Formats: sequence, C-alpha cells, structure tokens
Amino acid sequence: MFIIKRILGYVGRYKGKAIAAITLLILFIFLNMISPQISRSIIDDVIRGGKRELLPILIIATIVIAAIKGIALYFRGYFFEEVSQSCMYDLRNEMFTHLQSQSFTYFDNNRIGELMSRMTGDLEGIRAFIAGGITIFIENFIYFVGTTIILLYMNVKLALVSLAVLPFVAWLAMRFDTRIRPAFSAIREQQAALNTTTQENIAGVRVVKAFAREDFEIQKFEKENRLNLEKNVNSARIWAKYFPLMDFISGLCAVSVLWFGGRMVARGEISLGTLVAFNNYLWMLISPMRMLGWVINVMEQAVSSGERVFNVLDTGSIVVDKENPYDPKEVQGHVKFEQVSLHYGDHQALNNINIDAPAGKTIAIMGATGAGKTSIINALNRFYDVSEGRVLVDGVDVRDWKLNTLRGNIGIVMQDVFLFSATIEENILYGNPNATREDVIKAAKIAAAHDFIMEMPQGYDTIVGERGMGLSGGQKQRIAIARAIIKNPKILIMDDCTSAVDMETEYAIQQALKSVMEGRTTFIIAHRISSVKDADEIIVLDNGEIVERGTHDQLVKLGGKYFEIYSQQYKDFEEFKEDRQVM
Amino acid sequence: MLKNRIIDDEELEKPFDKEQFKRLMGYMKPYGKQVIITLILMMVAAVCGLLGPYFLQVAIDNYIEVADYKGLTIITLLFLATNLINMVCMKQRVYIMSSVGQKILYRIRQDLFEHIQTLSFTFYDSRPAGKILVRIINDVNSLGDLLTNGIINVLTDVFTLIIAIVIMAYIDARLTLVTLSTVPLLLLLVGLLKRRIRQRWQEVRKKSSNMNAYLHENLAGMRVTQAFVRQKETRNLYNDLSGDIFTTWMHAIKLNNLFWPGIELIAAIGIALVYIFGLSFLDTGAVTVGVLVAFTGYVWRIWQPINNLANFYNSLLVAMASTERIFELLDTKPDIKDEPDAYELPEIKGEVRFDNLEFYYDPEKPVLKHVDFTVKPGETIALVGPTGAGKSTIVNLISRFYDPVKGRVLIDGHDIKKVTLDSLRKQMGVMLQDSFIFSGTIMDNIRYGKLDATDEEVINAAKAVHAHEFISKMEKGYYTEVNERGSKLSQGQKQLISFARALLADPRILILDEATSSIDTQTEILVQKGLERLLKGRTSFVIAHRLSTIRNADRIMVVDQGTIIESGSHDELLEKKGVYYNLYKAQYKYLNAV
Repeated sequence: MFIIKRILGYVGRYKGKAIAAITLLILFIFLNMISPQISRSIIDDVIRGGKRELLPILIIATIVIAAIKGIALYFRGYFFEEVSQSCMYDLRNEMFTHLQSQSFTYFDNNRIGELMSRMTGDLEGIRAFIAGGITIFIENFIYFVGTTIILLYMNVKLALVSLAVLPFVAWLAMRFDTRIRPAFSAIREQQAALNTTTQENIAGVRVVKAFAREDFEIQKFEKENRLNLEKNVNSARIWAKYFPLMDFISGLCAVSVLWFGGRMVARGEISLGTLVAFNNYLWMLISPMRMLGWVINVMEQAVSSGERVFNVLDTGSIVVDKENPYDPKEVQGHVKFEQVSLHYGDHQALNNINIDAPAGKTIAIMGATGAGKTSIINALNRFYDVSEGRVLVDGVDVRDWKLNTLRGNIGIVMQDVFLFSATIEENILYGNPNATREDVIKAAKIAAAHDFIMEMPQGYDTIVGERGMGLSGGQKQRIAIARAIIKNPKILIMDDCTSAVDMETEYAIQQALKSVMEGRTTFIIAHRISSVKDADEIIVLDNGEIVERGTHDQLVKLGGKYFEIYSQQYKDFEEFKEDRQVM
Repeated sequence: MLKNRIIDDEELEKPFDKEQFKRLMGYMKPYGKQVIITLILMMVAAVCGLLGPYFLQVAIDNYIEVADYKGLTIITLLFLATNLINMVCMKQRVYIMSSVGQKILYRIRQDLFEHIQTLSFTFYDSRPAGKILVRIINDVNSLGDLLTNGIINVLTDVFTLIIAIVIMAYIDARLTLVTLSTVPLLLLLVGLLKRRIRQRWQEVRKKSSNMNAYLHENLAGMRVTQAFVRQKETRNLYNDLSGDIFTTWMHAIKLNNLFWPGIELIAAIGIALVYIFGLSFLDTGAVTVGVLVAFTGYVWRIWQPINNLANFYNSLLVAMASTERIFELLDTKPDIKDEPDAYELPEIKGEVRFDNLEFYYDPEKPVLKHVDFTVKPGETIALVGPTGAGKSTIVNLISRFYDPVKGRVLIDGHDIKKVTLDSLRKQMGVMLQDSFIFSGTIMDNIRYGKLDATDEEVINAAKAVHAHEFISKMEKGYYTEVNERGSKLSQGQKQLISFARALLADPRILILDEATSSIDTQTEILVQKGLERLLKGRTSFVIAHRLSTIRNADRIMVVDQGTIIESGSHDELLEKKGVYYNLYKAQYKYLNAV
C-alpha cells in the first residue's frame, strides 16, 4: 500500500490535471447513472403511459447526454494519459540522474540488463496503473457507491438483497490479492533475467561467433524464456482460480433480483418499471464487484513494478560528496598517497601505498598484470574509496573534495576504451563540450589521430559505434587520448593507453605529449620501458605493494625487477644490433 | 560504420498490412485446437450472457404480472444455471488462452533470438545494441495482451454481436435494422482515423526505441561519463529523448481517444431511433410492450461488443507498431550464412590461401585491395603494418566474419563460403582485440572455448598462458564469479582468460589479434615461451607490435594501404631493405632511446 501511496505522490505533482480528469470521470458516471432513469421514463411514461409528448425531450436528452459523455470520456482519457506520461518522464529522469551518481561498485554488481528492465518494463507497470488503474478504481468505486445509494432510494428491500453477495466477493478478493502479489514479483524478476541474458549475448556477439557458440547461447536464452513462460502461466492460473468465481458470485446479484423482485412486482410492492430500472442499474453494481479482481490485478502489478523502481531510487551511493565539500577555483595538481590500502570486497588490491607527486611531475607505474596499477587510479578518482590511509590532492583528502570538481580536473584514458555511438568529433568533445572544432583537431593531432581520421569516409563526422566498432584498437585508443587531452586537465592519467599502438606511433604520441604534460601532474601506466623511462619517478608494483621506485637510471642500476624488464626489452635491442650487422 | 546513431529514427521498410497480421495469426496455428475449444466455450458463455434480458422478458410477459411463482422460480433457476455455465467457461478460457498466448510470445521471442544469432557482424555494427534489445524484449511484451486476451475477446465479441443480432431479428426484424442503421457511421469514423492513428503509434515506438538504446549505451558507459563529469550533458540528451516519447504519445492519444465519443454518440442516435420507430410499431400493434422493453435491453448488448471491437481495433493499431518491428528484424537476411549445399569442413591441416581478394565496407574506401597469399599448415604468420591498414580485416575474413567482395578464402583448398560456418569456426581459435568476458565463473569463461572440456583441460589451458597464477590467487579461484564485461578484472587478466579460451578450443588455425598488448612484459615472455610450444603444428596468424614476436614468425607480412607489400622471414625482409627494414630501423630509434 505504501508503494501505491508513493506512486500517487508522483501523480500529485499534476494535481490540476488529475483532478480535472477525475471530475470528468465523475461527470461521466453521473450521466451514466441518469441514463437508466431516462429509459425508465420512456418505458413507464411514454411506452406504457402513452405520454407521447415527452418523447422529443427525452430523445434529445439521451443524445445530448451521450455527446457530453463522449466529450467527458475524451478529455478524461486525455488527462489521465498526460498525467501518466508526465509521471513517467519524471521517474525516468530521477532514475537516470540517480544512477549517474552511483559508484563503480554499484555497476559492478548490477547488470545492465537488470537496470534496463527496471527502467523500461517496470516503469511500464506503473504507467499502466496511473493511466488506467486509477480510473478503474475510482470509476468502480463511485459506480458501486452511487448505485447502492440509488438502489436503496428506489427500494431498500431489493437493494439489500442485491448487496448480500458483497461480503463473499470481498473475501475472495482478499485471498486473491495475497496469492497474486508474489506471482507478479516473480514475473518481473524473470523479465529482468531475460533482459540480462539477451543483453549480454548482443554485447558479446563477436566472441559468440568466433567460437561458433550460437547453439549454446540459444539454449541459455531458451531456459530463461521458458521460465518466463511458466511464471506468466502460473499467475494466470491464480487468476483463473479466483476471478471466474468472483464473477459468478457477483452475478448472483441479478439472479436474486429477478426472483425477489419478480415476486415483489407480483405482490404489487413495486412497479414493473421500477424492476426494469433496477435491473438496468444492477449492471452498475455487479460490474464493479466483478472488476474487483481486475483492480487488484492492476494494483499488484503496480506494486511489484513500483517496488523495483523505488529500489533503484532508494539505493544510496557509497561514493558521495560530504557536506560543504572542497571546491576550489584553482587546482595545482599536487597528488599524494599516504599509506593507502584498497579493498574490493575481501580482495586486497593495494597495500600501504605512498606516493608524492608534486604539481607538474610525471609518475610512471609498472607491474605485472593485476598488480594494482589501475587500482591506484581508481583511488585517485574516487571510483572506489580507499579502505585505509588517504589520497590527497592539493593537500585535501579526495573524500573532502567535491566529486565533480575533483574529476573535472582529472583527464583519464582508461584501459578499456569505451566510445559512444556518435561522430568522432562528438566523442572527442565528450572531454570538453565547450571546445571548438579547432581544439578537437589540435587534440587529435597530439594523439596522432588526425591523419587516420581524415582518411575516414566522413572524417570527423564519421559515426562510430558503441565499443568503437569499425575502428581498430589503436585508433580507439588515440581517440580516447584526444578526449582526455581536450579536457585540459591539471592531472592527466594514461592507463596503458598505447598498448595497441605500434612503436612508431607511440613515439610520436609521446613526443607530442611531452609539451602537453608540461605543468600537469601525469600518471602513466605502461608496460614498455620506452613509455616510462622519462618519468620523474617510476614505481614498480607487485601484488598491490610498491617494491621498487626511482628514476630510470636508478632502477637500472638497482638490478631488480625493473632491470629485469629492461633487460628483456633491451634484448630486443641486442637482437637489433645483430640485425644491424646484416643491415 | 554505424548506420544510425541513438537519436536517428529507424526507418521501417514495410509498414503493417494484412500480410503481417496474417503472419502474426500464423503463430496461432499450432494452437488451433485450443483456440477452437476456447471459441466454443466463449460462444456458450456469450449465449448465456445474452439470455439475461430474454429471461427478464419472458418473466415479465408470462410470470410476473400473473404472479406465477412456480414459473418465476423455474426461470430464475435457468438464469442461475446459465451463470454457472458462464463461470465454468470463463475459467477454462483463462486457463487455455493464457497458456496459448504466453506460448506464442515465447515462440516469437525464441524465433527472434535464434534469428539474430544468424546475423553477421555487419548487422551488429550497424546499430546500437540497445535497439536490438528493445525489439526482443519490449516490443514482444507489448503484444502480450493482444495475444492472450485480445484475439479471443474479439472473436467472442463478434460472436456475441452476431447472436445478439440474430436474437433481436427473431424478436423483431425491422427494429433490428433500425438499431444497426448507425453502424456505417462508425465504420466511416474508423476508416478515416485508422491510418493516421497507426502512424502516430509507429512514431511512439521509434522514439521509445531511441530512448532505450541511449539508456543502454549510457549504462554501459557510465564509468566514462563519471570520469569526464558529463552527467549533465548525457542527462539532458536523455531527457530530450524521454520528452520525445511524451510528445509522440500524446499526439497519438489525441486521435486515439476520438473513438470513444464517436461510439457514444453513434450508439445514442441508434437507440433514439429504436425508441422512435419502436413507438410507431407499438401503435400499429407490430410489437408488444414486453418486446420493446426487451429490445431496449438488447440494444445495449449490441453496442457493448461494438464498443469492444472498436477498442480492440485501437489496441491492434498500437500492437501492430510493435509487430512491424518484430517482423522487420525477423526478415533481415543474414548476409553471411551457409549456402544451401554447404558441406562440413573436414578436419583441416591448416593451409590458408587468399585468392585475389578484395574487401571494402564502402566502395569509396577499399580496405583490402589485392590480397593474394598462401600459408602452409603449421606456419606462423606475423602481420605488421600501421594501424588500420587492414590486418584485423584479413584475420576476420579467415573466420568468415565478413565475406570478401571479390576473390576467395580457401582453407585446405576448400572455399570457406561453401562450407558450414559451424564446421569452419569450430576449428579455429580466435582471440580478438576486445576480450569480452561473460558473467559467470572464470571456469565458464574459459570453457566457452570447448564446452565439453573437463576442469583439468581448462586449468591446463590457463597454465599454458600463465593465467593460472592470478586465477589461483582469487578468492574462489576458478569458481570466482566475474561480472558483466569482467569489470573487476584488469585488461591484462581479461586478455589472458581470453587467450586460454582460444587455446582450449585446440584449433588448427589460431588467430591472435593484439593478444598480449595489455600484458606486462614478464608475463608476456612466459606466454611467448609457452606459445612457441603451442603454435607447433598449428597455423597461426599473429598481429602484434612487439618485435620479438614478429621476429620469430615463419613469415612476416607487411600490410599497408590494403595490400601485402612485403612478405618473407625476418632476415629476408631486412635484406630487402624495403618497408619492413624501414619500420624496423625506425624502431631502433626508439629502442635506442632506451
């Protein structure tokens, strides 16, 4: 019930239209209730009573009432739809905004398919309720109450006879309610599962095809599809158990009226016309009782959908701004890690990390796969919060910074390059929407991307897909670099961003970056010595701990892990020398 | 290249028409028996429902005024009986039709999913994933009500209508004609509105699809949005798309709702005519009071189903917007598919031949101009060249992810276009640049390379690529759940898992596209060592930038501007003093810097 109240809260924002719609609804019902009176009058007074002169008025009344009813219907429907669409717009907005504030952990744990399901299918459940459910509820309620009053007015005894079935119907309705709710929740959950399975298949289509796993995928999908079928049929079974019965018992109303009413007419207690009119009104009594099943159906669907929608809205983000966050106008870019440890759940990714990067310095980070290099970046950006120690930027703990200001001053090229379905220019502008085409070209040139972009069919206006389909790995990386550069950030982070680029291009990028990096604090994560050797400090990570640090020369002299890597890559150089002989 | 972005509407080739409706109804065929049973049940129920006013009329005319209580009781019991029958019919109908409806939805969804599995990369490249997702899930869902209730209700209503008309005609034919005289007006109204209403609902679905696709992409790229603090911009665009739905929806409703007042008015006129003519017939003694009274009761019984039919038609127009899109997807022909007489590729030795091959996405921009080479079984080929030169395209063609525009690809002399895709790809191991990790355990992910592999085989593959070390360190080892896209794994870890997966497939032809680019040097060296063993006897195509990988290849092919400009062993090419030599020399410059 609380969920219904909350949904109605959204409707409340459009009080005006909602009230107008309800008013029209009431008008419609009122007119509907009058119609049988006109029929009664026609039958009793005109047909049987012979007062023909009344006919024209009554006919005109019938038609006029129909016209007004029609207009009322039109606008009632229109307003309710408008209100429901407005609520949808609001809810979508709120959910989207809220999701944007969620931490990386949230997205690690919540699959896209699931979130999609909540923002589409579940919202649809709420919409149907607002657009139609409320109407059904109010309509039937008014019909029922109004008709009861009219019937009581017409003849108390007969009215009570017809109402006798009500308690039974109500009892059945309640039992139905308890049974149907979990069934609907199950359906919504399964919809989400279906969504997720399909989504992953589409996203991973290249792997599916590469391994010819279409059959396997089809089986996977079939399982979820079948479960979906079963759960839906299950809820229909519950419906089948209760609804026809409720319908029948409501219908007993008419049966009893026929019998009792017939006898009453025979005894002269009521007129035939009254009985006929009574019968006409009966439909307005029975129908609401019957509809009770529907009403519950719609309501419970709204509740099970609403639960899931509000769950998204109510989940707080674990990485948030505190009160009065630090929000400076000027950022120097002095980064400091003080005894930082980072955990992902139980897994420890970083242990006692200490780094001091004064503004404008370049820090390189190397280490084995999974050693924790990206985790350092995650901590700095507050994509994940540290579990011990602190990260300082300009002497202020990053957790005290205004999140958007902090990130606004960091330009990052991530390992896993994600480009949007938009033009190349739009993708680069993502780093700075206020930049001009000249800025875009400048950034692209630094990233050694300009040349290949100009060779594309529409140049900067070429549309590239999600995951940068149609571009090679190296091209994607360079666009991502341009995106970070155009942001003009005080802190620049390059996480293995030239891995797919050949050495010649990498060299060109590095040279161009040298000028860009001036005055910026830069973090470079790389595997190639050539990428890191010019850094002010090189840090070697192993299992989340810093095992070596120093300048290139210092580390080579040290003869440790760095030296090993260097030797290996230098071996290439040795091999070169051999070839040089040949050359 | 992407054909449409998120904000571009998808244009439908074939709008809804009778053909599509028939097609949709075709899904009902397997359930013909159930549908007929349900129809019979509904007809029985409809008749029972219609008898109400009849019983009243009989009661009025025969029993009530003459106080024949026995007769009244009999009629009442009959009434009760018909209600009971009605209930039983309704119960059965729900059981049967909900099952049928859901099974049809299941079938449509399954067909859609199975169909898109046959579509090639070109299809997937050309549209955002979200738009495909929406068709399979949301568009199918919107058919739910139509299939479960709609069709049966319509048939029932039609039946009810016919019976009602028959009963009324039996009571009095002329009054029946009068009642029905206004129906043509209704048909006129429907005819005028239907095309425009349908178009408007199509708009709604298009905008809905756009919004959902954008949502999907943004959820996938949320980390980037947060890193670049672009929440406001993306939110604004999302709201615009969301607002589009609002606008188009209300636009459709404006016309949609005209049905109701139309029916109210037309029905009222019909009824008024009944009264007018009825009275004149009464005067001439052609009808009795009881008949007239009963008639007025039936008039409403006629307009109720007509009302329902009009509403159904309305919802049909809405549902058809979804149906169009579903069929459009089902009708998209896969451009890479097995030929009708495709045969199974026998166990291959691994000879690969490109015969005079040309390829492009866009005729203006050829990607591969004239590629011609033969690779002997067991050879290791390194492909080098500037980014975007066509290296990945060459290996994509070997797996038949794309078809050449001219020329052929032959494996062991078999034209790969002529063999089944399944038999071809199952003998290859491909490691792509983008190492996609599915949600599931690490074991599942690696096992994807060979579904019936034992745990031991999986672990051995992992050991060979030195993934075993980091996997064992994880909390649940191989049974650690990795989530969507492997977001908790580093790029290098993903690559190693992806590598193990390719190896597990024990392929005759191995394709490694930048397989070790994100892996640290130490691991890479270990992997290389292992690789040397693994590549023995297998034909492999390696795309890499690291010199020592390239050096040790049996043959190096330099790809530039869409052709293979040089081919030979490392030493041979150095002697040539051509492009490779220059490339190599240039790298010397960078290494020298080290």
